[in-house]
Amino acid sequence: MSKIHVSTTVNGDATEYLCEPTSSLLDVLRDTMGLTGSKEGCGSGDCGACTVVLDGEMVCSCLVLAAEAEGRTVATIEGVAEGSVLHPVQQKFLEHAALQCGFCTPGFIVAAKALLDRNPNPTETEVRYWLAGNLCRCTGYDKIVRAVLDAAAELRQERTPA
Amino acid sequence: MPSTAFHAPDTVEDAVALLSADPTARPLGGGTDLIVQMRSGRLSPGAVVDLKRIEGMSGVRRDDEGFVIGAATPCTALKADAALVAAWPGVVEAANLIGSVQVRNRATMAGNLCNASPAADSVPALVAAGAVCVVAGPSGLREVPVEAVPVAPGKTSLASGEFVAEIRLPAKPAGGGDAYLRSTPRTEMDIAVVGAGVSLVLDGEGTCTSARIALGAVGPTVVLVEEAGAALVGTKLDDDALAAMSKAVQAASNPIDDKRGTVSYRKAMAGVLARRAVLIAASRAGAKA
Repeated sequence: MSKIHVSTTVNGDATEYLCEPTSSLLDVLRDTMGLTGSKEGCGSGDCGACTVVLDGEMVCSCLVLAAEAEGRTVATIEGVAEGSVLHPVQQKFLEHAALQCGFCTPGFIVAAKALLDRNPNPTETEVRYWLAGNLCRCTGYDKIVRAVLDAAAELRQERTPA
Repeated sequence: MPSTAFHAPDTVEDAVALLSADPTARPLGGGTDLIVQMRSGRLSPGAVVDLKRIEGMSGVRRDDEGFVIGAATPCTALKADAALVAAWPGVVEAANLIGSVQVRNRATMAGNLCNASPAADSVPALVAAGAVCVVAGPSGLREVPVEAVPVAPGKTSLASGEFVAEIRLPAKPAGGGDAYLRSTPRTEMDIAVVGAGVSLVLDGEGTCTSARIALGAVGPTVVLVEEAGAALVGTKLDDDALAAMSKAVQAASNPIDDKRGTVSYRKAMAGVLARRAVLIAASRAGAKA
């Protein structure tokens, strides 16, 4: 079976790749493009470690075929920081020690940013429901939720300067 | 997954031709069941036919009879359609109990239906609402009631080359209300132990003039329980009518014992959930508390 040529946009850059018909977007991001921030946890859409934003909506990249990305826009964890300046969600994860092994962290950060991009003032309940598709086996979630709420507060301040 | 072809046709006719050419070919909507099954080795389709490039497959539109939901419309997009949410809140809520936000941004009701799981959350709500599928195939388009699509776990009544192109919901009837409830150990990321979808219509006096009740996860397919709806018609949803409805629901429940629940628990909960869903649907229909 011949490979499929795909033109897409990843983290703002126009990109082309060749993929197998059944390769996942996650496979291509990691193995072809070297963007290894997105992780494969379960491969079945349960854990969220592979979360990316596809045309503005967060999805599990393990459950997207790479060929589907033709003409679409993909945003990964690698595009969250601006150069060496961490995004507030990333900074707050560090400050709150919201990670231990770190495997789930890229997915959580992409998902949390997707929440704050559309809801700058979520309740704790809204944060917990939004992140229900991201599994963490280290932290017990509480520090993650606090980090996200704190990042939301900081982003609100940035958006409305005194 | 060797030798699977990927196609992204831009017309219904091309999709039908591709699906007809290979009986193992599968239509791709959101992929949250299909891709999982391909990765696990349970399915090795000769071709995957992505429906999302076909005009009209993604999104909700209105016509004279009600709502037309393209087969590739993700569950979260349903919530963005205010008219649909106002008319069929139970259907929209049911579709948005599936999986996580990540999953619902891809997963579709047509896929939930055609995966033919008895525990599919959106299906009892669609059946209760009287939804109809537009099925595209080699002989053109045909309409099929949602409840006629699943025939066994993982099996549908669709013939080779056919796929669900649209799900159609009627306009909200005057005095109508719907609801879907499920029982799960967790509130998110879980599979229904029992699900109950209800749609009913009340007249100006609060008398029920029609009712449809459908159950999930208590049999090999989602099931429409006509006797349960009939037990409500002509009543004001008094305790006796609700008890008769619950009894009919329990009589129609034929669940299995598994890790999610026992037969007796599922039968009991089917009656309880159907009763609660009837009361929510009634309040949405404008019943006085």
